[in-house]
Amino acid sequence: MQSWQTSDPEQLLKIANKIRISIVESLTEAGSGHLGGSLDLADIFSCLYFCILKNDPKNPGWSDRDRLVLSIGHVVPVLYATLAHAGYFPIEELNTLRKLNSRLQGHPARDRGLPGIELSAGSLGQGLSVGTGMALAGKSDHRTHRIFVILGDGELQEGSVWEAAMSAAHYHLDNLIAIVDRNGLQIDGRTENVMKLEPLMDKWRSFGWLVFSIDGHNPEQLLETVKMIQLEKNRPSVILANTCMGKGILRIEGDPHWHGKVPNKEESIEFIEELKNKFNQ
Amino acid sequence: MNTFRNKGDKPTKIGFGEGLVEAGNRNQKVVVLGADITSSVGVNFFAETFPTRFFSLGIAEQNCIGIAAGLSLEGKIPVFSTYGVFASLRAADQIRVSVCYNNLHVIIGGAHCGVSVGPDGATHQALEDIAIMRVLPNMTVLSPCDATQTKQATLAAIENCNGPVYLRFGREPMPDFTDSSSKFIIGKAHVLHPGNDLSIIATGHLVWEALQAAYFLETIGYSIRVINVHTIKPIDVKIIIQAARETGAIITAEEHQIYGGLGSAVSEVVTQFHPVPISFVGMNDKFGESGTPGELMEKFGMTTHNLIKSCKKMLARKKNGFK
Repeated sequence: MQSWQTSDPEQLLKIANKIRISIVESLTEAGSGHLGGSLDLADIFSCLYFCILKNDPKNPGWSDRDRLVLSIGHVVPVLYATLAHAGYFPIEELNTLRKLNSRLQGHPARDRGLPGIELSAGSLGQGLSVGTGMALAGKSDHRTHRIFVILGDGELQEGSVWEAAMSAAHYHLDNLIAIVDRNGLQIDGRTENVMKLEPLMDKWRSFGWLVFSIDGHNPEQLLETVKMIQLEKNRPSVILANTCMGKGILRIEGDPHWHGKVPNKEESIEFIEELKNKFNQ
Repeated sequence: MNTFRNKGDKPTKIGFGEGLVEAGNRNQKVVVLGADITSSVGVNFFAETFPTRFFSLGIAEQNCIGIAAGLSLEGKIPVFSTYGVFASLRAADQIRVSVCYNNLHVIIGGAHCGVSVGPDGATHQALEDIAIMRVLPNMTVLSPCDATQTKQATLAAIENCNGPVYLRFGREPMPDFTDSSSKFIIGKAHVLHPGNDLSIIATGHLVWEALQAAYFLETIGYSIRVINVHTIKPIDVKIIIQAARETGAIITAEEHQIYGGLGSAVSEVVTQFHPVPISFVGMNDKFGESGTPGELMEKFGMTTHNLIKSCKKMLARKKNGFK
């Protein structure tokens, strides 16, 4: 763990709250984007970048770093905000989100040269395959870094995710960890109404993965799970992180309308106020 | 200029397979991905020679492309091959986003291209792959004419490129006539036969047919230039403008749909820089069907005979000043 990282759950939640504030600010400034999913992943991203990942913001291309592939590209505001708070690039740059010539494209774009972006992505269902390829390369070169892939639950309706799941288990990729943002919602409503995903744990298990289901807003559970995964040999792991879309802002929590919406100026002030009051930030 | 002779029929996929082994010997980073049909697309030689650098991924083309992207991000040089229909269409979105948008050095081998794959019929005859691959930013599209050149193209795709490459080849034994000592430079087409009355600009299997047409027309007094465009993208603009300027008329020839393929690529150049009449020999907006390769080439109008007919028609129009 690096000096600026922490395993203190309270600290990680505080960082997550700062990330949430930046998400609201940058999306308000952008005028479009996906607020709900970005907010619900803030706790997980705080844990990943400020505790779990072996990384170095000052040397983002470090070859032994743990890689994070964001397969659900539309929640990239949480990745941008986290990277900025971790020191990969100046926080002020978050205000360029979705604007012309910005390094912060509406979906992650590697060619813009933003430090910390591992993959250009945005078309759902592709990230787990790419992560599997990265993990396969790591394994065949006897490297020790890990590959984390962040998936959405609606995204699991894409067949290619299961092609990837099959292949990662076939090649015993214990250096691959998938985290599913299981907020139960997608644009048309509840995932179980749009296209049933359950029994999700059984699905992953039957594909040969080690499966965990956790509270995605509880840092202790995530940290503990990743520790357990470290002991696992010969198979990839998936963490189904149960989250609440829009987490942190009471008015929008669990409301699928906020999947692809951003606040107006007044709402933004209100949301930021609510977040700031939580930790006196 | 040489008269080209057939050294013996050989499938272009064999050139691909041989190229992979040679590149694999020279560079440990070369890895190959298989989607079940390894021997059928010519990658079995690599798999047998370098078993630890061959990954079997089953019938899952979308995943194969994603995995290739991941391997490339980690410094490997992945080559994925399956039938051209599946390689270019089944995984088109993965190729667009995970490979091309990320500008990764992934080599996609499109096998069994054209109607010459024969009795399997329309589902397995890649006739749209050049169009689909050519439109993607960052993509290089190679379409060599025989086994010898396919081997050269394979080596060039692996050793002389940094971004994505689509390499097209076929299954049927076809005349192997180019010289392995001739230089293969991506983007640089070859004039295989000189001529000033008109130009046949051809790619893939139809280059041999174009030469036969030119040799025949020579016997009745016409001088036909034959250009082998082994790189569809980036296209050799210079050689095409020169052909337009010096011969005044062009026939394009490809085992592919006439919409979107070589003919379109040549037209894009000619209309911008030196407009001359062009006619297109290729698949005329149809699906293929079952039959022997010879029967299908004949039925769909992609033989030496068809080229001679097109040339004669064009020469007559030229004589009339294209009125």
